[in-house]
Amino acid sequence: MLGNYLPILLFLITAIVIGGIAMAAGRLLGPNKPDAAKLSPYECGFEAFENTRMKFDVRYYLVAILFIIFDLEIAFLFPWAIVLDDIGMFGFVAMVIFLLVLVIGFVYEWMKGALEWE
Amino acid sequence: METVYLLIPLVCLAAAVLVGLAGQWLGRRAAHSITIGAVAMAFVLSVVVAVEVAGGQRFDGSVYIWAVSDGIQFEIGFLIDQLSAVMMVVVTFVSLMVHVYTIGYMHDDPGYTRFFSYISLFTFAMLMLVMSNNFLQLFFGWEAVGLLSYLLIGFWFERESANFASLKAFLVNRVGDLGFLLGIAAILYVFGSLDYAAVFASAPQHATETMTGILGSQWRWLTIICLLLFVGAMGKSAQVPLHVWLPDSMEGPTPISALIHAATMVTAGIFMVARMSPLFELSQTALSVVLIIGAVTTISMALIALVQNDIKRVVAYSTLSQLGYMTVALGASAYSIAIFHLATHAFFKALLFLAAGSVIIALHHEQDMRRMGALWKRMPVTYLTALIGTLALVGIPPFAGFFSKDAIIEAVALSHTPGAKFAYVVVVAGVFVTALYSFRLIFMVFHGPSRLSEDNRKHARESPWVVTVPLILLAIPSVLAGLVLVGPTLSGHLFGESVMPIDGHGINGYGATDMLVHAWVSLPLWLAIAGIAVAWILYLRSPHAASRIANRFRLLHEILIRKYGVDELYERVFADGGQALGRTLWKFGDRLIIDDTLVNGTAKLVGRLSGVVRSLQTGYVYHYAFAMIIGLVALMSWFLWT
Amino acid sequence: MRLSDLQIWTITPEIIVAIMACAILMIDVAMPERARKTIGFGLTVSTLLLAAIAVVVGQDAGYTIGLYGLVVQDRVSDIAKLGICLITAVALVYGRSYTEERNLLRGEFLALALFGTVGMMVMVSANHLITLYIGLELFSLCLYALIALHRDSAEATEAAMKYFVLGALASGILLYAMSLLYGLTGTLELAGIRQSVSGFSADDLPLAVALILVIVGLLFKLGAVPFHMWVPDVYAGSPTSVTAYLASAPKIAAFVIILRLLAISLEPLLEVWQDMLIAVALLSIGFGNLVAIAQRNMKRMLAYSTISHMGFFLLGILSGDSVGYSAAMLYAVIHAVVSLGVFGCILHFSGEGFEADQLDDYRGLSKTDPWLAFLMLLFMLSLAGVPPTVGFYAKLSVFQAVIGAGLLWVAVPAALFVVVGAFYYLRVVKLMYFDEPVAKTPVRSSAAPLESRALLTVNGLLIIGIMPWIGVIAEACRNAILLVGS
Repeated sequence: MLGNYLPILLFLITAIVIGGIAMAAGRLLGPNKPDAAKLSPYECGFEAFENTRMKFDVRYYLVAILFIIFDLEIAFLFPWAIVLDDIGMFGFVAMVIFLLVLVIGFVYEWMKGALEWE
Repeated sequence: METVYLLIPLVCLAAAVLVGLAGQWLGRRAAHSITIGAVAMAFVLSVVVAVEVAGGQRFDGSVYIWAVSDGIQFEIGFLIDQLSAVMMVVVTFVSLMVHVYTIGYMHDDPGYTRFFSYISLFTFAMLMLVMSNNFLQLFFGWEAVGLLSYLLIGFWFERESANFASLKAFLVNRVGDLGFLLGIAAILYVFGSLDYAAVFASAPQHATETMTGILGSQWRWLTIICLLLFVGAMGKSAQVPLHVWLPDSMEGPTPISALIHAATMVTAGIFMVARMSPLFELSQTALSVVLIIGAVTTISMALIALVQNDIKRVVAYSTLSQLGYMTVALGASAYSIAIFHLATHAFFKALLFLAAGSVIIALHHEQDMRRMGALWKRMPVTYLTALIGTLALVGIPPFAGFFSKDAIIEAVALSHTPGAKFAYVVVVAGVFVTALYSFRLIFMVFHGPSRLSEDNRKHARESPWVVTVPLILLAIPSVLAGLVLVGPTLSGHLFGESVMPIDGHGINGYGATDMLVHAWVSLPLWLAIAGIAVAWILYLRSPHAASRIANRFRLLHEILIRKYGVDELYERVFADGGQALGRTLWKFGDRLIIDDTLVNGTAKLVGRLSGVVRSLQTGYVYHYAFAMIIGLVALMSWFLWT
Repeated sequence: MRLSDLQIWTITPEIIVAIMACAILMIDVAMPERARKTIGFGLTVSTLLLAAIAVVVGQDAGYTIGLYGLVVQDRVSDIAKLGICLITAVALVYGRSYTEERNLLRGEFLALALFGTVGMMVMVSANHLITLYIGLELFSLCLYALIALHRDSAEATEAAMKYFVLGALASGILLYAMSLLYGLTGTLELAGIRQSVSGFSADDLPLAVALILVIVGLLFKLGAVPFHMWVPDVYAGSPTSVTAYLASAPKIAAFVIILRLLAISLEPLLEVWQDMLIAVALLSIGFGNLVAIAQRNMKRMLAYSTISHMGFFLLGILSGDSVGYSAAMLYAVIHAVVSLGVFGCILHFSGEGFEADQLDDYRGLSKTDPWLAFLMLLFMLSLAGVPPTVGFYAKLSVFQAVIGAGLLWVAVPAALFVVVGAFYYLRVVKLMYFDEPVAKTPVRSSAAPLESRALLTVNGLLIIGIMPWIGVIAEACRNAILLVGS
């Protein structure tokens, strides 16, 4: 039973190892010249510490959400590309339909002007 | 033939519906032509059916299944045999006469088309009643004729007295109908069927079944059923003590009195008991009750007729008395004779009513006999036909009434039902009283000095032909029906198997001639002649004798005028008592407990509750989510705990 | 895997509507402003009618599994899809002028309505937990957006937010339940789940947790007490045309998923969920009817009335036999048609700047607009369950089912609350027929387009006119139910 979870265990170990190596390498190999700006925690688009009830630009989220949709599309495309030989025409048509739907969404947001910042 | 059977009631229904709904547009001529055509067609077809039946044909079958419930089929079906054939002919013939007569009688009435629609509908209902082959349809017809009777008594609904009378008729009939309905329910319970054939066939097997009553007493089911059914018959055929509605029903137009309250509807009870003869034969208790009730009705109502001054009321009380005769015949197990008297009575009593109506129109709706007199010269046709009707009623040979009434008296004399001796004395005495009040009417209306009002003195003359022709046509069977039918009736040919044979009563096989010869040496005829003679003395020869006698026997006279106080009793006890009870229940039960406490109290409670529960809906989304989680937890813990 | 094995025609109607929804979206951005409204609207309605025709043409007397077990086509799904398409189309027609007056009749409105319809149809076709979930989410997401479409209305935004938050919670619960079911049974196909579940004992704890979570998820979508809180806010806050849309056809879809998930797949656990549903159903009937009395807002009142009606609907389901299921089906369909009519009346009564959502607006309607008042009367009588309207028959068949299942004690309080419920329905009648009209009688329904008024009349007359054939319809429902799961 637990044997089924072995790949997950391996996956976790690999992830930890790679993460560890990256951090260690950065610490060991990188130059280290700290200043206030570099040491403060940061978050994209916001001041890290301030009143949470602030106004923020909704366009930022619009772009982010649209980005995530097409980002996830890639997550589907990779495994599909790998097994395309096995699933053949059927798989191909299915993915074309999927992409078509996305394209329609894309066209819609484009025409609506959602991609224009101003 | 089935089509013909179906057609007979349906033409009447169709005419009634057409005239009733479209009477406004059709106009008067079309209205009476349509209905008269329909009833005439029904009459002709009825005669055809009667001829077929006389030839030995018989039909019993259903036309249409109305509903099925719990395995019991409720059907519309016909049973066509000698009994129903005779009834059909009588009903359609009298109805036809009344239709024609109505053209004259209702000439100036604004409700002309409505009236025709009603009487056609009545004919339909009555036909459904007599043609039925099951209790459900019988009940349908029974209630339908009751409804039409109500509508027609209250035809002149602007009059308060008409409304009162129609309501009274309806309520009193309710009492009878309740018994009838319970009887039908008991039949369904005991026999598990509502078909005549099935019930009659299995009646002997159920003859000894009993139910346990209060205090453990044993009651035979058949006795209970018969008594309950007879309660229905008492209501419809106006037997004591449910007779009070019939005299008041004279508030309706005279054609209605003739058709419904003399010839057909009131005889439905008699017909029903005759139809149920296989059941009644199995219960001597029930027969005895029937006999005694009939006898009491016969004499008590005839006596009241002696003191009435309204021409229609005299005839109405005479009808009650004659219905009593028929009931007595039923009680004596002489069913065929009862129906025989029913038929002859239908003719001569319809004739008498129409004649009375003819007098009433001639005198511009004057009904008091004290303001009539010496009309025979002015209205010869009415006089002659009324005389024929009266002679038939009194039972003078060879008029129709003689044969049927004499047969009843003979049957009672030979009956072994408990109470037959009493009944015999009563029916024989009844002959004298009948003769007395009948000729009192004839003498006061048509003979003696004229007591007409000034206006009527100038205008009173014979009625138009639409009135007199039906009188003449009805006079013919009033003379001949007895002579022709008495032989077949008594020999058992006329009704055959359709009613229980009157075996062992010893009057089978008499013929018309035998009876005519025998009459002169028998008591009833001489009593009738004596009655006529006394009437002549009291009302023609010495006109003051009657009032002198009335003064001498003041108490008796007062009792008769008050109709034995039955009306007052009912009004005090049932009407006032019912109202008082109703008012009490309304005030305390309905208003205080139900309205204020239960209804409004609940409503208030619900309203308040709804206000409280409403506040649960706070509008905060976290409360909403919290409620969901609580619900989830509640369901979870429910599962864990149970 | 070959395309020919796919049995793709089992979802023809869904495909039609989905493609057309995309097309309408494209047309909307490509066309000039003026042409959009008429073309887009016409296309939307004809798409729905086309889908309805496709359902009828492609109807299946048997039972076909399509897309390798993802979807199923049977009588129930056919009837439900037909109902969904037609009712949605009619709801859009009713709401047209209302939506136009509030400047909401844009491509998004139509496309979202169509995508929502696709979601409902996918729910109806689902034979697989994934399909079911996708359908449910597709529909819900469209609905959130539709409700919020009226951006300037604070109420609509609030309603959308509440619905979204709570809906997400419920979806999460349902998803969790599905994952548990998958973990326990090893399959996502409904038939497989049924087989597997019948091997469990009734008091197996993980299974019971899964079951309860399923119930909670479904009851939220249905709006039964205590998962009903969103219903009044959403009904009252949404634009009335959206309310008409969400109050009618989704009830049919909800019936089908409850049937498939609870009554078919989890039927082996009947004795566990029956008791829970009895509690929930009685609470819904009682609570809905009680609170409706206190409402002065027509749409809120109808929302509480819907809660109580969902209680009755659950009574049919919890009877746990084919009689009960078919009674519930009939109830759902009839409720959808009647709700459609009621909101149709509100839509016809409302006008520019006049929402017609206060009960007081209906005072004396019979004098100012007898036609509308009469139709409203019919719908109210049907909601109250007064014969000879179909509403009476719906309640009757549910009661028959409950009593037939030996649950007389459940039927008695339910019947008592029908009496309570009659009060607020008849109050509307009283306001319309016995009160004097208020001085400012705004827009008359005669301003509405003819076809919409004709449809509403047909809708109203159907409530009574269908009664002679109600037996045939009930029989069709019963036959459809008997086929499911065979």
